[in-house]
Amino acid sequence: MNVVVCVKQIPDPAAPQRLDPETKTLVREGKLILDDSDAYGVEMGLQLAEQAGGGEVTLVSMAPGGETSGLRTALAMGAAKAILVSDDALKGSDALATAKVLAKAIERAQPDLVIAATESTDGYTGTMPVQLAELLGLPSVTFAKKVSVGDGAVQVQRQTEAGYDEVQCPLPAVVTVTAGVVEPRYPSFKGIMAAKNKPVDQLTVAELGIDASQVGLAGAGQEVTEVEDAEARSGGQIVVDEGEGFQQVVQFLEQLKLV
Amino acid sequence: MSIERVWVVAELAAGNPVGTVLELLTQARATGTTVEAVSWGPDVAKAAGELGNFGATKVYDVGDIGEALPGGPVAGAIAELVKGGTVPDVILVPTTYDGRDIAGRLSAMLDLPVITNVVGLRVDGDEVSSEHGLFGGAKVARARFTGARPWIFLVRAKSFAAEASGGGAPEVVAAPAPDLGARNAAQVKARHVEEQSGPKLDEADVVVSGGRGLGGAEHYAMIEELAKLLKGAAGASRAIVDAGWVPYSHQVGQTGKTVKPTLYIACGISGATQHLVGMKGSKNIVAINKDQDAPIFSVADLGIVGDVHKVVPKLIEALKSRS
Ligand SMILES: Cc1cc2nc3c(=O)[nH]c(=O)nc-3n(C[C@H](O)[C@H](O)[C@H](O)COP(=O)(O)OP(=O)(O)OC[C@H]3O[C@@H](n4cnc5c(N)ncnc54)[C@H](O)[C@@H]3O)c2cc1C
Ligand SMILES: Nc1ncnc2c1ncn2[C@@H]1O[C@H](COP(=O)(O)O)[C@@H](O)[C@H]1O
Repeated sequence: MNVVVCVKQIPDPAAPQRLDPETKTLVREGKLILDDSDAYGVEMGLQLAEQAGGGEVTLVSMAPGGETSGLRTALAMGAAKAILVSDDALKGSDALATAKVLAKAIERAQPDLVIAATESTDGYTGTMPVQLAELLGLPSVTFAKKVSVGDGAVQVQRQTEAGYDEVQCPLPAVVTVTAGVVEPRYPSFKGIMAAKNKPVDQLTVAELGIDASQVGLAGAGQEVTEVEDAEARSGGQIVVDEGEGFQQVVQFLEQLKLV
Repeated sequence: MSIERVWVVAELAAGNPVGTVLELLTQARATGTTVEAVSWGPDVAKAAGELGNFGATKVYDVGDIGEALPGGPVAGAIAELVKGGTVPDVILVPTTYDGRDIAGRLSAMLDLPVITNVVGLRVDGDEVSSEHGLFGGAKVARARFTGARPWIFLVRAKSFAAEASGGGAPEVVAAPAPDLGARNAAQVKARHVEEQSGPKLDEADVVVSGGRGLGGAEHYAMIEELAKLLKGAAGASRAIVDAGWVPYSHQVGQTGKTVKPTLYIACGISGATQHLVGMKGSKNIVAINKDQDAPIFSVADLGIVGDVHKVVPKLIEALKSRS
C-alpha cells in the first residue's frame, strides 16, 4: 500500500513569531522544521504501510525557499521519498490554494491513502485536508484517533463531541490524524544518514500546470486588514504557598459567592 | 448595498441545535437582513421551531443523510443552492468536527476561500470583517474577503452570546444533497458515547482543569473531586489528553473546547498559548503552579505558587468541611 503523508515545514514554534508588516501574514522564513502535528501522520503512514506488508510512504510538502529540513526529519523516520513544491509565486497562499497545489503533486504519486494532521501548528485552519480531498475527488475522514487498513478500506475511530464514531471508508481516501494517535519514532542514526540520499523531487507551480494567479497572495481571496494588541488581561495577585495558600482560594470563592 | 442574506449551518445534536448554532443565529441577525439556516438529519422538522426562535425565517432541509459523514452531503446541498442562483452573502459555520468538514468541502466545491478561527464579526455597510486571536490572544487581527460571495466564515464557540429573537416557526424547504459518488463513501458503522456526569464542560459555571503538573493519571481524581464540590466540570490540557490520562472530550484550548465560565481553576498547567485561547475569556482565573514564571500567571486573577499535591487536597478538605 502506498501512502502519501502531507507534511508542513514551519518556523520553530518555540522561537518568537513575527508578522510581515506589509501583508500581515506570519513570516515563514529561515530554517523550517517538521511540524510536530505531522510527525504523527508520518508514523501512522509508516506503520500502515508495514502492516499492509509492503508499499512506501511518500511525503508531500509545499514550502518556501526549497526548504527540506523538515522533510529530512521525516525521511530519517523512514519515509521513502518526498515531493516538494517550492515557488516564489506561492508566498501568501491560503488553505484552498495550498490544497490546489498539493492535489496536483499528490496526483503524481497515485497513493492508496493520503494522511494529514487535523490542523497545523502555525496555520491551524484545519480545512486544508478536506479541501484537498474534494479536489482529488476522494472521501475524507477527519479527526482520527485510531486508524487501521484492511480489505481495501480504512477503519477509523473518529473523535466526536460525545465520544467517537467507528467509520469505514473505501480506499483511496484522505484521513486526518490527531496528536497522540501513535507514538512517533525517533530517527535512528542510520535513518538520519540514509535520509541524506533519499530522493526529494522539487517542483515549481508551472511544472504542476497551475496558473500562478490562482495561488499566492494574488489568489488568496482574503486579506488581513489590521493587527492590534489585544486588551491585556492584567495579572492579579500572586501568593507563594507556605501551607495556607488554599485559604486564599477559599476567600476568592467566597467573594464570587461560589461557596 | 448592505449584507442581505446570511445562512447559518445548523448542526443538531439529540434533536436540538448545538450551542454555537444559537450564537451564530443571534450574530447573523446583527449581520444581515435575512437569516436562514441549513440543517440535516432526521430531526430538522423538530428543531425548526428553535431555529425560528433564534431568528431563522427559512430552513433548508438537506434531509436524512443516513450513516454518511455530513461534510460532503451538506456542502453539496449548499453548493447546489448557490449554483442554482440562491446566493447568500455570508455563510456562518460553527467550528465543530462536522462544521470544519462542511466548510472545507464547500470551499473547494465553490472555489471560494474560508476564513477560519473567527472570534468576532464586524459589519460596515457592505463589508464584513472578522476578528481573530493571534499568538494565544496577545494580538487581535482583522481579516476580510476580497472576492466573490458567499463569504464563508468558520466561527469558534462562545464568540457571541446567544439570545432568542422570539421568531415564529420558519418555512422548511427541502434542499437534498446531490450524488457525490466516491467522495461520500465514508460510512459510520457504530457510535460510541462516553459517560458524562455533571454539567458539560462548555456550559459549566466553574471549570477545574489539570495539566502535566499533576504528575500522573491517578492524580486527576482530585481535579474531578474539586470540580464536583464546586458543581463544575473537569477540564484538561492537551498534554494529559495526548498522554491518555483523560479522554479528549475534556481538552480545553485551540484544538479542544472554548470555555468561558465564571471561574476557571488551572492546576499544574503551564499556560501555553494554545491552552490560553480556550480559557482566557473566563471571568475569573485561579492558577496553581509551582513555577512562579509559568505563563498561566499572566492571565490569573489569583495565582498560587505551590505544589498541586499540597494545595488542592487542602482546598478540597476546606470545602468539604464547610458543606
Ligand atoms: C497545533 C497545536 C494545538 C494545541 N492545542 C492545545 C489545546 O487545545 N489545549 C492545550 O492545553 N494545549 C494545546 N497544545 C499544546 C500546548 O502547546 C502545550 O503543550 C500544553 O498545553 C501543555 O500542557 P501542560 O500545561 O499540562 O503541560 P506543561 O507545559 O508540561 O506544564 C506543566 C506545568 O505544571 C507545573 N508543575 C509541575 N509539577 C507541579 C506540581 N507538583 N505542582 C504544581 N505545578 C506543577 C510546571 O511548572 C508546568 O508549568 C497545542 C499544541 C499545538 C502544537
Ligand atoms: N504547506 C503544506 N505542505 C504540506 N502539508 C500541509 C501544508 N499545509 C497544510 N498541510 C497539511 O494539512 C494539515 C492542516 O493544515 P492547516 O489547514 O494549516 O491547519 C497540516 O497539519 C498538514 O498535514
